[in-house]
Amino acid sequence: MSASTLRIALVGNPNCGKTALFNLLTGGRQKVANYAGVTIERKEGRFTAPSGRVLQLLDLPGTYSLEANSPDEQITRDVLEGKYPGEARPDLIVCVADATNLRLHLRFVLEVKRLGLPVVLALNMVDAAQRRGIVIDVPELQRRLGLPVVETVAVRRGGALALIERVDGDVPVAAAALPDDAASRADLHAQVREILSAAVTMPRQTAAMDDALDRWALHPVFGLAILAVVMFLVFQAVYSAGKPMTDLIGEGFGWLGTQVAVLMPAGPLQSLIVDGLFGGLGTVIGFLPEILVLFFFILALEESGYLPRAAFLLDRLMMSVGLTGRSFIPLLSSFACAIPGIMGTRSIQDPRDRLATILVAPLMTCSARLPVYALLIGAFIPMHHVLGIFNLQGLVLFALYLAGILGAMAVGWVIKRIHRDKSEHALLMELPSYRMPKLRDIAIGLWERGAIFLKRLTGVILALTVLMWFISTFPSPPAGAVGPAINYSFAGYLGHGLQYIFAPLGFNWQISLSLIPAFAARETAVAALATVYAVGGDAGTGGLAHALVANFSLASALSLLVWFAFAPQCMSTLAVIRRETHSWRNVAISFSYMFAVAYAASLLTYQITRLLT
Amino acid sequence: MRLSELPKGTDAVVDRVHDAHAADPIAQRLRDLGFVDGEPVRVVAIGPLGADPLLIQIGSTRFALRRSEAARVTVRREAA
Ligand SMILES: Nc1nc2c(ncn2[C@@H]2O[C@H](COP(=O)(O)OP(=O)(O)OP(=O)(O)O)[C@@H](O)[C@H]2O)c(=O)[nH]1
Ligand SMILES: [Mg+2]
Repeated sequence: MSASTLRIALVGNPNCGKTALFNLLTGGRQKVANYAGVTIERKEGRFTAPSGRVLQLLDLPGTYSLEANSPDEQITRDVLEGKYPGEARPDLIVCVADATNLRLHLRFVLEVKRLGLPVVLALNMVDAAQRRGIVIDVPELQRRLGLPVVETVAVRRGGALALIERVDGDVPVAAAALPDDAASRADLHAQVREILSAAVTMPRQTAAMDDALDRWALHPVFGLAILAVVMFLVFQAVYSAGKPMTDLIGEGFGWLGTQVAVLMPAGPLQSLIVDGLFGGLGTVIGFLPEILVLFFFILALEESGYLPRAAFLLDRLMMSVGLTGRSFIPLLSSFACAIPGIMGTRSIQDPRDRLATILVAPLMTCSARLPVYALLIGAFIPMHHVLGIFNLQGLVLFALYLAGILGAMAVGWVIKRIHRDKSEHALLMELPSYRMPKLRDIAIGLWERGAIFLKRLTGVILALTVLMWFISTFPSPPAGAVGPAINYSFAGYLGHGLQYIFAPLGFNWQISLSLIPAFAARETAVAALATVYAVGGDAGTGGLAHALVANFSLASALSLLVWFAFAPQCMSTLAVIRRETHSWRNVAISFSYMFAVAYAASLLTYQITRLLT
Repeated sequence: MRLSELPKGTDAVVDRVHDAHAADPIAQRLRDLGFVDGEPVRVVAIGPLGADPLLIQIGSTRFALRRSEAARVTVRREAA
């Protein structure tokens, strides 16, 4: 990096559109969503200004004050004060403020100004302000603040031209650095009031739309009912919209496999391609539609502004089990994947609440478990209708998700018992304005999720599947051996060894074996099973589901489902827990409690089902 | 009167935030969020379970506060 590169930091209150602005300027794809605390790390990007100058841009977590209360706010403060390791103090601060919420946001602008760095104010969301009839006298605002002010619309193409032009020009002169003490802090509010009365007219304090929606969404009775309906609909949609496509894709790959089998000479290579790739990976890729439907709803909900409302409704309930309303969004994102969920806990101020959320997040059924669930349910649970409207398969899936949630509540409760403390746990959560999700943004989000899934599939899952094929095929049985050849392979030995541990849960050796690659990536359990059964010659013609039914009892299937609901999370999740909590102890706690719970729950499920059937 | 005792939908004005103990970070954060003398506030919604948390509107911002947090704020009912 040349010494002359101007280093610009985007700062501001949470949810004012810093990341949207960052993406617009740099062409980046950082996460934008409608709640406070989306960005939890510093992100770097660069862009070329019209003058040809390269500018370096830093996106930072939002904060209400430089008096940091949570780990994400701490990052912002450290960067601004030049204390962040390996990061020089920025040359210019672009302070972003929500034009519809200036009473709150301007106070922070004044606080930032006192740092003594050059500051430009980006008055963002002027589109929303205009719609609400808010009139801002920009020259007056500029004069009173003593800072250059530009208007931006971060979600519109070309919405930051004025800002680009401003930062491309001369760096404004910094205000004098002022000390930070209680008296001068209190004074900031008085200044804001003065500025607002001189430069801003608001016909109404809030958007009429927000008030109307909140009357329903936060109603003590209807609010909870709406929340239940929303959650149930998401769930139903994932299952019923995804399933037909999954079947279609599965059949397509099955057909492709048979075509290739005809073209190729029989032998290990044919078995790798037909059994491992088409059988194994084909089964996994079939679950992409379900995963995309799930992400569609998560993305739409995140942008709508509804999630903090749900957190509001559930705060008390979550508090009674040692969590907080603030855990809601991280836990909801854990349904997609525990990793962003665990990282998202950085916006929880209270250390105990945060740790409890990190420990229970992996109990939320992540999307990687969906293929395993869907496969086993499709194979073992009949398509009965229950009470006319529900179908039994859907209900079992629902029960598994519920098991994870109830498990999380139980674990949270236990943590609360063990980790008693008298200190108070704050909520202090802002509810944003509702926003209509844009189809284009959701489409881009889905495209990215799809790409990530395919990358995983052609990376780690493919590699593991080939490995599974290899250890199931070699070594070949010695001359004169009896029984299936696969029993003499590495996989056979390994699986039979593991079976000593898992036999009480009703797992046969193939299942026991597939738990190993599942530890690297959950979906691989499906591909691994497909491969092992195909190589072993037990697959028959009906695909993996039929092979399972032929080799596996209902009790074992239910037990395996329960295992996956509670089992220790994948390696990457453990690595994130280590990184976020800086402690191997928490990793060990997390791994062992989940192993114990999963083992006990599966054991019970297996033994009870066996008695009943 | 404390903010936690303010009936839903009633307009009031913040008096001040009291520290629950020395160097109370929650109280300081409340002040930073604009709970300072003279700001108009209103309780706009109440949580469904145990009447907790409270949704407070201050200026054009809505904050969810637990009762224990809202109890740090004293308010006066006066035409603002
Ligand atoms: N109407 C409108 N919406 C905007 C504008 N800029 C951002 N948004 C929306 O505001 C919300 C917050 O945007 P983000 O970019 O995630 O905000 P942020 O400041 O990075 O938030 P944190 O990372 O949580 O601090 C999203 O729902 C955006 O779509 C704008 O100029 N106009
Ligand atoms: Mg952001």
